[in-house]
Amino acid sequence: MPGERQPDIQISVDHLIKRFGAFIAVNDVTFDVRRGEIMGFLGPNGAGKSTIIRMLCGLLRPTSGRAMVAGVDVALNPERVRQSIGYMSQKFSLYGDLTVAENLRFFGGIYRVPQKEIAERILSVVEMAGLAGREDSLVSTLAGGWKQRLALGCAILHRPPVLFLDEPTSGVDPISRRRFWELIHELSDDGVSVLVSTHYMDEAEYCNRIAMIDQGKLVALGTPAELKNRALPGTLLLVECDEIGHAIELLGSAPGVRDVAAFGNTLHVLVDREAGQTDRLIAWLAAHGIAGARVRPIEPSLEDAFVQLVTGNREAA
Amino acid sequence: MLDRIVRIWVKEFLEFYRDTGARYRLVIPAILQLLIFGYAATFEVFNVPTAVLDLDHTQESRTLLADFTNNARFKIVTVAQSQPQAEAAIENGDAVAALVIHAGFANLLLKGQTAPLQVIVDGTNSNEALVALGYVGTIVETFSQQYMVDLAGRTAAGRSMRVVQISVDQRDWYNPNLNSRWFFVPGVIGMLTLMTIVNLTAFAIVREREVGTLEQIMVTPIRPYEFIIGKTVPFFLIGLFQVILVAVTGVLWFHIPFVGSPFVMLLGSSLFLLSSLAIGLLISTLCKTQQQAFASNFFVLNPVFTLSGFAYPIASMPVVLQWLTYINPLRYYLVIIRGTFLKGVGLDILWPDMAALAAIAAVLLTISTLRFHKSLE
Ligand SMILES: Nc1ncnc2c1ncn2[C@@H]1O[C@H](COP(=O)(O)OP(=O)(O)OP(=O)(O)O)[C@@H](O)[C@H]1O
Ligand SMILES: [Mg+2]
Repeated sequence: MPGERQPDIQISVDHLIKRFGAFIAVNDVTFDVRRGEIMGFLGPNGAGKSTIIRMLCGLLRPTSGRAMVAGVDVALNPERVRQSIGYMSQKFSLYGDLTVAENLRFFGGIYRVPQKEIAERILSVVEMAGLAGREDSLVSTLAGGWKQRLALGCAILHRPPVLFLDEPTSGVDPISRRRFWELIHELSDDGVSVLVSTHYMDEAEYCNRIAMIDQGKLVALGTPAELKNRALPGTLLLVECDEIGHAIELLGSAPGVRDVAAFGNTLHVLVDREAGQTDRLIAWLAAHGIAGARVRPIEPSLEDAFVQLVTGNREAA
Repeated sequence: MLDRIVRIWVKEFLEFYRDTGARYRLVIPAILQLLIFGYAATFEVFNVPTAVLDLDHTQESRTLLADFTNNARFKIVTVAQSQPQAEAAIENGDAVAALVIHAGFANLLLKGQTAPLQVIVDGTNSNEALVALGYVGTIVETFSQQYMVDLAGRTAAGRSMRVVQISVDQRDWYNPNLNSRWFFVPGVIGMLTLMTIVNLTAFAIVREREVGTLEQIMVTPIRPYEFIIGKTVPFFLIGLFQVILVAVTGVLWFHIPFVGSPFVMLLGSSLFLLSSLAIGLLISTLCKTQQQAFASNFFVLNPVFTLSGFAYPIASMPVVLQWLTYINPLRYYLVIIRGTFLKGVGLDILWPDMAALAAIAAVLLTISTLRFHKSLE
């Protein structure tokens, strides 16, 4: 096991499988997360992200495979793992009819944060989450971003070395999201390993590494830059023209074109890395009746890589 | 252990305190149910169909019967000529009550002796019959007081006269144990407690599951029993409060006698509360949504009420259903609560019911605690 050889590994997932009846929600997933690393889970709805996280928290029992968290086998000793993890579930789940301070005191008490430290820790969490002055507000009256930061605060009161965040920023405005990610980076700087799932591509860029998950399978794993390069071996061109539908068909059969995908009313076209591709495409379209197309090379985004990898996975299946 | 449990108690208390509707939901339905059952069991009746039979044929006997004839509570439907005729009126269902004045009635009155008035009531319609009996008592009382005053006025020896009495000879046909509010109100305590506690417990935990807070609790190092104790003890206290509330209201408002030991009653109530908590807990482990919990509660509570002896006598149930009543905690609790309220019996008599209740509570609590895992499966 890598987790045993390298003490720096905080999460080690080995051939993890989860079935619900005949349905395979998590299909043979293997990865590691190092101390202080931010690992992002990227994947469409129903990919199995939450299911993996729940198995790592000991909330679901793996059908087979092994999960080690903070050096403990989760399936064998779920109770020992729980002291070492913080968890924010996909659905906001603090007590809405308690105040900010009451929620913090509640979870502090349940985690047995020492009595003489609790006040100071609550203070620092309140400060970190920007909740100063809101200690006595009922949680149900807080706006989304504040709620998420409080939930994070409740999850780290007991200073866990491993943090699981399941779509922590869903439904939160961009400024609050940015602020939330600053907090995640601060925690990571302090050595906390963070496993965070998200639907937002821009957020995935903030992660040290990304695990792309689709239909229960781990389809790719690497840094954002690695994934873009691996998924898109070629040049990505942005095409703006009329008759998009017709253009997709035309470009699909153009020489040197590897892939065409629609993005709004533009097309992203992946072509072989050669000189003169831009002019060749314009000419090809014009020759087939679509004049005035604008084509320019673009930097591939994670979204391009994601679409590419997920389509590849589905075609292989 | 205790520190975590206390944390949960504090949380439960705060949630209860903030939910201003909760205290009314606990008190108002309880009192309402008590009043409904208290009054439904005793509602007033008018025009009770009555047969009369006068075998004395004296001034006194006619005066007494006239008091009945002129009273709106009674409607004389049959003037019988013989005892069998009077009894037939009840058997045919023509009359609910029959009044029989035997020969020699006036004679006994004059001598200052107790003069019997025979009252026969149809026990199958126990409520009406019981209320009718009460009215008979009032009318007879008024009659005898009036008679005494008259007699005192007519005779010089009035002041030394003894009080004239007419005894009512009740013979309740068909149903020797007349139901009354005395019988119902203690039963309401059992029914209400069961309903409140099972609902509160099941919903409280299922709500946390549905909202997601249960998942958040499950990833903490809390032990299942710490959570269960933290979650259920407040409901136990609420249940005890409700028992006392309904009992005190029953005694003060309906004048139900409480002749037994409060200690025995509270002991039985505690055991019953534990059983109710366990049933609620068990339902909560089987349900994912509050809607499911609602349906389950309905399916569980209905047979528990029906097979308890609250409204339908166990002795008149089919044998198979009678067996089922032996695993019903409400059955034993009703015996305990009626026994302590009305008969004043103690542990020497009630211990088998207490033991059965304790056994049921222990089994149910064990099953529900074992079923309560800290996992989502
Ligand atoms: N308890 C369960 N029983 C049966 N199927 C389940 C259960 N939990 C999850 N699933 C199924 O497993 C699949 C993966 O679900 P999961 O919640 O892990 O996806 P996800 O990647 O988190 O999706 P989302 O982005 O929508 O949160 C889904 O198809 C879901 O319906
Ligand atoms: Mg999910």
